[in-house]
Amino acid sequence: MLGRRSDAWGHLLATLASAAAFVVGLLVVLEVVGQSPEARVNDVHLFSWIPAGELSIDAGLRVDPLSLTFVMLITFVGTLIHVYSIGYMSHDVARRRFFAYLNLFVAAMLVLVLADSYALLFVGWEGVGLASYLLIGFWNQRTEYAVAAKKAFVMNRVGDMGLLVAMGLLFANLGTVSFSGVDAAAGSLSTPMATAIGLALLLGACGKSAQFPLQAWLGDAMAGPTPVSALIHAATMVTAGVYLIVRADAVFSAAPTAQLVAACIGAFTLLLGAAIACAKDDIKKSLAGSTMSQIGYMVLAAGLGPIGYAYAIFHLVTHGFFKAGLFLGAGSVMHANGDATDMRTYGGLRKVMVVTWVTFAACWLAIIGVPPFAGFYSKDKIIETAFVGEGWQPWVFGGAALVGAAVTAFYMSRMFFMTFHGKARWVDDAASLGADDPRPHRHPHESPLVMTLPVVVLALGAVALGFLLSLGDGITGWLEPVTGHVDHPEPVLPIPVIIATTLVLVAVGVALAWRQYGMNAVPTTAPAGSVLTRAARRDLFADDVNEALVMRPGQHLTRTLTYADTAVVDGAVTGAAAGTVASGRVLRRLQNGYVRSYAATILAGVVVAGAVLHLVRL
Amino acid sequence: MSLVHYLVLSGVLFSIGAITVLVRRNAILAFMGVELMLNSCNLALVAFSRIHGTLTGQVMAFYVMVVAAAEVVVGLAIIVSIYRARRTVSVDEPSLLKG
Repeated sequence: MLGRRSDAWGHLLATLASAAAFVVGLLVVLEVVGQSPEARVNDVHLFSWIPAGELSIDAGLRVDPLSLTFVMLITFVGTLIHVYSIGYMSHDVARRRFFAYLNLFVAAMLVLVLADSYALLFVGWEGVGLASYLLIGFWNQRTEYAVAAKKAFVMNRVGDMGLLVAMGLLFANLGTVSFSGVDAAAGSLSTPMATAIGLALLLGACGKSAQFPLQAWLGDAMAGPTPVSALIHAATMVTAGVYLIVRADAVFSAAPTAQLVAACIGAFTLLLGAAIACAKDDIKKSLAGSTMSQIGYMVLAAGLGPIGYAYAIFHLVTHGFFKAGLFLGAGSVMHANGDATDMRTYGGLRKVMVVTWVTFAACWLAIIGVPPFAGFYSKDKIIETAFVGEGWQPWVFGGAALVGAAVTAFYMSRMFFMTFHGKARWVDDAASLGADDPRPHRHPHESPLVMTLPVVVLALGAVALGFLLSLGDGITGWLEPVTGHVDHPEPVLPIPVIIATTLVLVAVGVALAWRQYGMNAVPTTAPAGSVLTRAARRDLFADDVNEALVMRPGQHLTRTLTYADTAVVDGAVTGAAAGTVASGRVLRRLQNGYVRSYAATILAGVVVAGAVLHLVRL
Repeated sequence: MSLVHYLVLSGVLFSIGAITVLVRRNAILAFMGVELMLNSCNLALVAFSRIHGTLTGQVMAFYVMVVAAAEVVVGLAIIVSIYRARRTVSVDEPSLLKG
C-alpha cells in the first residue's frame, strides 16, 4: 500500500511488531506464573467460527504453559532473527517483502501454537506452510530455489493430508476437534481408531518436522536466505510437529502403537539426519541434517509418552537458541565469504571473525551436549528417558540416542574445525599472492553489530538456558499442567553410567573430527569417499526414492489423465459439435429454394408416412 | 361400379397430377397438376359420400373447391408478379429462398 516509500522503515516496523509480540507474551507469562499450577490452563473463546446446525467450531486461544513456552521461543528468537535480517538483507531490493513474509511466518506460528482446537491449529499450520514456501523461494529468480520451495510445499501438503484425516476421524468419532473436547473424550476411542488418528497426526507431524519419510524437503529449504533457515529450523515450522505430538497427548496415550511408531521414526530420523550432516560440505545443508537429527531426538522423546514430553519441549527450546545461533553464525560466515557455502573453501576464519567464532563455539558446545552448555541438560534428559522401558525398546532407542550423540559431536566438530580452524583455504584480496593461485580470492571480515548482537544473545542462551531451565526442575514443573505429572522411572542403566557414556562418546566424536579436519589439511575438493559417504551426500537417495515411488508414477498418472481428458471428454464434446456441423451441412442441401424439390420431399414424406401407417396397422 | 374403381381412378389422377408438379418447369402447368391432385381428392370424397350415403364428403369437396379457387387466385397473382419481375414462369429460375 505504501509502496517503495516504506522501504526505509518497513523492516523496522516488522521487527517492532515481532518485539511487541514478545513483550505481550512476556506479560502473559508473568501473569500465568503468578497463578497456581491448576489455574494455568486457560481457554479464551474468541468467536463462533463455523456454526453449522448441531456442529459448530469455535475459534479460541488456549493459553497454557506449553503454548506460552512456544510463544516465548517464537517471539524471542524470531525478534532476534528480525534484527539480524536487517543487517543480512540490507542489500536486497525486496527487503520489505522479505520482512512481510517473516512477520507472516511468525504470526502463523503463533496462531498454530495458541489455537484451542485442531481446526484453528490447522490454520496456523497452513500459514507456516505458505510462509515457508514464500521464504524458501524468496530468491525465486533462480529456478532451483523455486523448485526447492515447491518441494517443501508439496511435501508439507502430504503431511497436512494426515492432519486433515485425523481431524475428520476425530469429528466422526468424537464430534469435536477442540483440544479440551478431545482430551476429555479420547479415552472412549477404540484402540484401532485411536491408532489410526495417532498415525494420521504423526504423518502431519512428520511433514512439518521433516521426519522420515517426509524429510527430503529440509535440505533443499536451504535455498532461502539464511535468517529464514534459522527461523524455520529453530523457532517455527519444524517445531510444529513436536508441538502437535505433545498437544495430542490424549490421542497418543490411547494408541500405544502410534506412540511406538513415533519413537521409531524419531530414532531413525535422528541417525539418518546425523549421517547426512556428516557428509555435506555445504555448511547450511549440514546444519539442516543436524536439525533433522535433533528434531528426531524430540520426536523420539515425544513418542515415549508423558515421561518424554517435557524433555522434548525442553530440548526444543534450547535447540531453538543454539540452532538459531548456529544458522545465524553460518550466515555471518557466508556474509564474510561472498555467500560461499562450501566449508572446504573456508578454514582459518577464527582470526578474522572473532565474535562469530566465539558465539559459534558456544552453540557448537551446546548442540553436542558438553556440560554446562544448554544442550547437555536437555539432550541428556532425552537419552536417559530413551533408556526407560522394558524389553528391547530401551536398548534400541537408548542405543540410537547414544550413537546419535556421538555422531552429532563428530559432524558439528567437523563443521566447526573446517570453518574456523586449520589453514585458510582462501586468499585474502588485499594480500593477493598471485593470480594463478587456485584458491578463491576473498576478504573475510566480521559482520556488522546488527548481525553479531542477536548471535551473541542466542549464544548466551545456548550457554546458560539449559542450566537455568533445569534449575529445580524448572521447565518440567512449568509444563506439568499440560504434560501431566510423571514420577521419574528408572532407566535400565544407572543414570551416571548413561551420562558418562554419552560424554565419552561425544569426546570421541570431537577427537575424531579434530584428527581429520583440525590437524590434517582439508582438501578443497571433496574426495570420492566411501559408498556410505556418497550415499549420505545424496541424502541417502531420499530424492531418488521419492522420485521413483511418488513423482514418476504421479506424473504418469497426470499425463494419462490429461490424455484421457483431451481424447475422451474433449473428444466427445468436440465430436458432438462436429457432428452437428456436418449434419447441418448435409441438411442445408435440402433447402435449395427449388419448389419442385420441396414438393418431391413432401411427397416422399407422405408416402413414407403412409407406408409406415400401413405397415403398423398390419 | 364398385368403390375400388373410383379410388383407382382417383389414385391415377393424383399420380398424374403429382408427376406434373414434379416434372414440369412451367409454373402454370405445375398449377394444373395441383388442380388435378385436388380434383382426384374430390373424386374420392364424393365416391365415399355416395357409398356411405352421407353428405359429409360432398360438403368437403365443396370446401376443397373453394380453397382451390382461393389458392388459384393467390398463386396466379404470384406467378404474374414473378413474370413481371423476371420475365419467366419457370419454377426453377427463382430459388432465392434457399438455405
